[in-house]
Amino acid sequence: MNNVVNLEELLLIEPYSLAKVKKEEVLTTELKELTRLHYKNSEKYKKMMDAIGLDINNISTYNDIPFLPVRMFKELELLSVPKEEIVKTMTSSGTSGQQVSKIFLDRETSSDQTKVLTKIVSDFIGKKRVPMLILDSSAVLKDRTMFSARGAGILGFSMFGSKRVYALDENMQLDIENIKTFLEEHKGETIFMFGFTFMVWQHFYKELLKSGYKPDLSNGVLIHGGGWKKLQSESVSPVEFKAKLQDVCGINASHVHDYYGMVEQTGTIYMECEYGHLHASVFSDIIVRRPIDFSVADFGEKGIIEVVSLIPKSYPGHVLLTEDEGVVIGEDDCSCGRFGKYFNVIGRIKNAEIRGCSDTYATKF
Amino acid sequence: MQQNFNEMTFLFSNSEKLECVRDISPDDIFSNSSIAFLSALSSELIKSPRTKQFSDVATFAFFCRKANLLSLKKKYTEDNIRLGRGVIFHVAPSNVPVTFGYSMVAGILSGNVNIVRVPSKSFEQVEIIYDAICKIADYPEFSKFTDRLFLIQYDRQSTVTDFLSSICDVRVIWGGDDTIAQIRKFAIPARSYDITFADRYSFAAINADKFIQEQNTAKIAENFYNDTYLFDQNACSAPHLVIWTGGKDNINKAKEMFWDAIQLKIERYELSPILSVDKLVSLYLQSQDCVKIIRELPTDNKLWRIKVSQLSANIDQYRCAGGYFLEYDATSLTELKTIVNRKYQTMAYYGFEKEELNQLMKEMHFNGIDRIVPIGKTTDFSLTWDGYDLINVLSRECVVL
Repeated sequence: MNNVVNLEELLLIEPYSLAKVKKEEVLTTELKELTRLHYKNSEKYKKMMDAIGLDINNISTYNDIPFLPVRMFKELELLSVPKEEIVKTMTSSGTSGQQVSKIFLDRETSSDQTKVLTKIVSDFIGKKRVPMLILDSSAVLKDRTMFSARGAGILGFSMFGSKRVYALDENMQLDIENIKTFLEEHKGETIFMFGFTFMVWQHFYKELLKSGYKPDLSNGVLIHGGGWKKLQSESVSPVEFKAKLQDVCGINASHVHDYYGMVEQTGTIYMECEYGHLHASVFSDIIVRRPIDFSVADFGEKGIIEVVSLIPKSYPGHVLLTEDEGVVIGEDDCSCGRFGKYFNVIGRIKNAEIRGCSDTYATKF
Repeated sequence: MQQNFNEMTFLFSNSEKLECVRDISPDDIFSNSSIAFLSALSSELIKSPRTKQFSDVATFAFFCRKANLLSLKKKYTEDNIRLGRGVIFHVAPSNVPVTFGYSMVAGILSGNVNIVRVPSKSFEQVEIIYDAICKIADYPEFSKFTDRLFLIQYDRQSTVTDFLSSICDVRVIWGGDDTIAQIRKFAIPARSYDITFADRYSFAAINADKFIQEQNTAKIAENFYNDTYLFDQNACSAPHLVIWTGGKDNINKAKEMFWDAIQLKIERYELSPILSVDKLVSLYLQSQDCVKIIRELPTDNKLWRIKVSQLSANIDQYRCAGGYFLEYDATSLTELKTIVNRKYQTMAYYGFEKEELNQLMKEMHFNGIDRIVPIGKTTDFSLTWDGYDLINVLSRECVVL
């Protein structure tokens, strides 16, 4: 299968270096191959494609490749390799908390996730491993019941840390002494910080503000993710988020990076640049679709986010329709200089208030 | 059982009256006072300019008019003694506005005291109806209805369901399987029982040989729209499967005529974005079944048609709201035998004679199908619903020998 998707070549170039025409050519070739691979190796995927009458030979651009709703991974166990080859199964409960997504990784897909993530993140924190301050509690990893997307995220990003320290103690309290010692030891070095958006706000920013302690994190780079839903209810905008963080710990607002990503396509995350835009790297892309007919929306037009990724080989997750709403702002011309599409995520598509006899969407009974 | 009445909001009547409901005498079925009250309600609604904005309220008002009630009364013989069972507790569905009204009407016509939990969501339709009820209850001849009718709202987490269950003679539960399971956790007195309206499945059958001669396909499309899209194809009576009979060429021609007309009709239907995703999930899940399916190339996501190559027993599992239709070309309606189960409620039809449908039901002895109605009539309320004769199940017969 080595001739299928040749990630190795892409790993040699800069992660935001392919302009539109070339990128489209690469993605179309590689994603078509992946479609063939999954069609051949996953009976379930094949049945789905047959139901919509897919003819792979007729695909002229990756825009035409059918997408699977991410929910399919909650409904079905989808894999394109024999079960014996699975080395890791990633799960996510999603928001409903009932059914769990199951993503099956073999050695190759798992290792590609790491390589691609490293490549993307290095564009923001440099190629060297640096001291890392995790803006969360060590309990997240210790307590198996808490082990969730949060734990997985922390583990995934921990490989960029040469030394790792948690900013919060086991009771989710700010551990000021620990932070002081750590910053003392690594004076003058770049400090990589990682955390979940809401945790960063609630347990780091707010607590720092309360404590009056002003750590010097002017050399810090913060990567955070997990969504804005909770902060939106507190009316905190991304711009305010950065400004307030800069106030309490001196981190340069342009070194605070949100990211967009999902367990179904781990590795190909979309990083926020200095100008507040999320960027697609050479390994993946985003297509915004109109809900009314799934046609491709214009730049600036809201729609449902589709994500494509060159990584998934052990499961048919290379072309996925999310349940998020977003808007592509432009391509190849962001002021930050990165090539590829750049976009914003607006939030989840609203649950429909549909009419009918059955109280399907009733919350209590 | 003690009840904290502060947990309830009374839209009609009050808590002092509610405390005495078990002492109120039942009435005869179709009593003159019930008919007078409901026909006054009908007139009041028809008078109100607000009614015109809501076709469901207008239909409700039309159902309650005197002439209709008197003609319904004829079905029930008057030489036996039939009285209301006593206190009926109605749990109306939270996402259809007018059902509470029909449930109430059945309870009144069968001679009962009625406690109706109305949708907590604010629907203007609900408001229009209870405003009219409050208004006519001010007339002296209807003042006794404040003892016999209660429209209430309450938080589902409260103890009210428990209390009302403990004092009712019949509990009428709308809202589907989950609601029924929840409400059934609360005990009712030994002689009481539940009338439940569970999740159901409905389909349509069209005789293509007849349909190709139809001049007014737009009218049929409008009727079918009212059966389906009007309630997001989520009413229990909304067809999810269309069965075509007739010659092969006629079927193909009829399908084109029919769906073209629907496509025009749904131009203004607003599809909620999540339903586009839901349809795709439904399609892909259905593709895993052993029956081969193929989706017809859709114009857009408002209408998806999925052709199934055979009828399999579990076909009712593959459904989605908001315009997702399975289609099957049948040789005869007797093929229904393989699919009809207890969940089946309504068969909407076009181009079949009443006689042949009667014959079909008599011969096939299906476990399901409670109503067979022309396309466009699936949501019309009838006192016989889900196979229950509501007047009879909400009343008791006294035998004097």
